Parts: sequence; C-alpha cells; structure tokens
Amino acid sequence: MSDEQLVLHEITSALEELGKRTVPVTMETSLLHDLSLDSVTALDFIMQLETRLDIIIPMDGMAEIETIGDLVGVLTRSTSKAG
Amino acid sequence: MLARFRALRSDLAMVTTVGRDPFGVAFDAILSATEAILDGKRVLLLGTNNYLGLTFDQDCIDSAVAATMAQGTGTTGSRIANGTYGGHAALEQRLARFLGRRHAMVFTTGYQANLGTLSALAGRGDHLLLDADSHASIYDGAKLGNAQVTRFRHNDPDDLRRRLRLLADQPGEKLIVLEGIYSMLGDTAPLREMVEVKREAGAWLLVDEAHSLGVLGAHGRGLAEAEGVEADVDFVVGTFSKSLGAIGGFCAFDLDDFDSLRVAARAYMFTASLPPSIVASVFQAIEAMEAQPQLRDTLRRNGQHLHAGLAAAGFALGAMPSPIVSLPMPDRETAIRFWNQLLDAGVYTNLALGPATPGGKPLLRMSVSAALTPAQIETAIAALAQTGQRLGLVAAGLAAVES
Ligand SMILES: Cc1ncc(COP(=O)(O)O)c(C=O)c1O
Repeated sequence: MSDEQLVLHEITSALEELGKRTVPVTMETSLLHDLSLDSVTALDFIMQLETRLDIIIPMDGMAEIETIGDLVGVLTRSTSKAG
Repeated sequence: MLARFRALRSDLAMVTTVGRDPFGVAFDAILSATEAILDGKRVLLLGTNNYLGLTFDQDCIDSAVAATMAQGTGTTGSRIANGTYGGHAALEQRLARFLGRRHAMVFTTGYQANLGTLSALAGRGDHLLLDADSHASIYDGAKLGNAQVTRFRHNDPDDLRRRLRLLADQPGEKLIVLEGIYSMLGDTAPLREMVEVKREAGAWLLVDEAHSLGVLGAHGRGLAEAEGVEADVDFVVGTFSKSLGAIGGFCAFDLDDFDSLRVAARAYMFTASLPPSIVASVFQAIEAMEAQPQLRDTLRRNGQHLHAGLAAAGFALGAMPSPIVSLPMPDRETAIRFWNQLLDAGVYTNLALGPATPGGKPLLRMSVSAALTPAQIETAIAALAQTGQRLGLVAAGLAAVES
C-alpha cells in the first residue's frame, strides 16, 4: 500500500470508531459539511489520527484542512517525515 | 465586512429565543461579592471567579482610593514608553516574594500575560506543547508567536511523552503549558506526572495558575505548591482578576535575564500599564491572601458543600470538588433553558457553550466564593435541584430529598 492509501485506511477506520463514517469517504468529502465534524470534533479527530499513526501535526497545518484529501496530504507529509 | 459573523449571529439568536441573552447580562447594581440586582431583582452570584471574595475588602478599597488621590486615575501609557510608577515595581517585588520567585513581571490582564509570555518565550524553531483544553489566551499566545505548536490530550502525560519523543531529535526548546485548575470543569493537572515527563525530555514548564492562585496550596501559591513541585515549574502565569478581585496578570520565574522579556513581549510593550488604584488594591489583596489563610479553608468548604449538595440531588458532576463546579448539559437547548430558569429562581451561573468548552459540550458552570454563607449555598442547591427536576435532568425523588 502506498502511504496515501495507508493513511486513507486509517482515516476511515478512525471515523468508523467514532461512528462518523456516515457517508462514503472520498478525497473530496468535507469534514464539516459531509461528516459534520465541527472545529472542535475535527481537532479531536486529528488528535486520534496522530496517536494511530504515531505522528505530530503542528497546529498551523490544521487550518487548511477542509476535505479528507487535505487531511491525507497533511498526514502523509508528517508520516514520511516521521519515518 | 461582518458577513462572516452571520453564523455566529444566528447561533446567538438561537441562544436568546428561550429567554435572556446569556452573553449580555447587565446588572443594575452589585451589592456585594455574592449578590447583585438584575432586572430589579436580587440574585445570588454563583459564577464570579471571586474566589476569596476580596472585591469588597475594605483595606483593598481604601488602598485603591488613596492611590487614586495621590497618583491619579491612570498611567496613560505603557511602561516601556511612558515609564514605570513606583507601585508597579513594588507590586512585582511583592508578588515575587509571595510566590518565592526571583522575579515577576506584571501585565495589564491575565489574557495579555499569556499572550506576551508565550509569544516571546517560544520563538522560531522552538516547540510549544499545549494541553488540548487550554484557555483561549494560551492558544492565542501560541498563535501570536513563531514556535511550532502541538496540542496533547487533556491531562494525559503519556500523550505528552509520546509527542516529546517524536520531537526529541528536533532542535529548539520545548515549552509545556498547563493550567493549575482548568476553568471549565474545575479539574486540576496531574502535575507530578507531568513534571516527570518534563524532566525526562529536558523541556521547560509553564503553569497558568489563573484559577488556583489563592485557592490551592498551603499558602495559596497554587497547584505547584499543593503538589510540591514548584522547583520544577519554570514559569508561573496568573491573573489578578479572580482571587485577587481586580484586574491584571503576571509571569514569575527565577531566570536572571528576565528583563529582556520586557522588550520582547508585545502584549507588555504596546499597551498601557495598570492604573495606580488597581496596583494598590492588588498589593493589598496579596497581603489579605497571606494574612487570612482561613479564606482558603472557607472556599474549600464551600466548594465541597455545593458539590456534595448537587451530587446528593442526583446531578452527575464532572470533576472532583473544587471552587469550580460544572454540570454537563445534554444539549444546548437544555443548557440555555436551565440557565434561564435558574436566573428566574434568583441564581446567576455561567452558561458555557462550545467551542470554549471541553469537547465543545454545553456546561452550566458555577464557581463558589469564600464570601458565600452556608445558607446561600443551600438556597442555590435547592434552586438547582428544583430546576434540574423540572427539566428532567435528575430524578424527582432524589431532588426532593434536598429541597
Ligand atoms: C486559565 C486562564 N488563563 C488566563 C485567563 C485570563 O485572565 P484575565 O481574565 O484576567 O485576562 C483566564 C480567565 O479568563 C483563564 O481562565
């Protein structure tokens, strides 16, 4: 699996765990509009992913995250840095 | 220009449909540290942060009046540009002595103390590690600076340890930021475990004792004193607006080149300094806090009284007894209704809504004061129990025991 696929897989299972995988998840899925993750839940969701992938996402990178694709991008960059 | 506030405005409209605007309460008069007049009616104040009840302390009032007569109403400028008054320096020394620190620096508010300290201490290439439930002033201070910011799970030393491990081979200083008592739920930081993590990682530690100064510790120096780890706390931040009953903030520490912070912290340099009246009343309030340790005992008893009363009435309470007692609400509507009905019953509390609350969940937040009498607390418990019962938050049988 590529880094991206791996990260997307982690995202979907984390969403499942939260009971938030309410719609099919694609790169275009919006965290706020499609998954109803408001700013607070989105931050907590990202925190959960940080633990799963054993990485750190600095807060200044979070503001740009709107879609699953953005999230995959940020996470992939952090994973390759960590590895 | 204001279009992007549309969502906020409709949120606010929703909040006010059920009754008053909880964010626009305007008291007709303040009668004492525990009572006010609102819409012509006497209300009991159960949401003030006036922990020691010092806002009406006669000595504090007299000092403030005398300072105004002698030095005027304001300083009309910042200490960097317009000079330090004798009182500023004396207050800094007095505060440092109280806290057992070499130096203290006074800011115009507690908000600015965090803004100035965090943005100046952690520079480009450094790392700030913030507890996820940190106060807005801590987040804003982090945003104003150039350090890389990570938040760790609330009160979770293992998550902090994990993050510091991932940052271990990155250059730059690491500064951990915690609060003594967290303002929304009233829970304290597991400070001894956090200190262990800090030591392992060779990081720095800042503790914001905003809600714990004058409240925790044998002398009222805060959570670090209570936990016996003051030597491991590098920076103490706090405010004069809660237990000391006025306004202002500070940062205290033992490092010697601290004066450089005065010309690096923008929130110190580019704002007017505290007026003589406030400086004098805070000085006097520190004296009172030191001379009357019994205020702290009364405060603790009052917190326990309210906590136990609400638990007996059948409420589920978040944290251990502390001067802050918060009731988690099932949803916004219930929270707003509860807050309104309590006010109708003559009890003023704080309505706390997301995102300012942990997990964005609505809370009915209360804080006790040493100035509250046991009878006032009983009155509050009875009103809360009846309201909780009416809204179906507690079983009627349980509530009946209390009322
Ligand atoms: C943890 C914490 N830090 C700082 C502040 C800001 O203090 P002030 O209101 O005195 O500016 C507050 C309270 O408002 C707080 O709860």
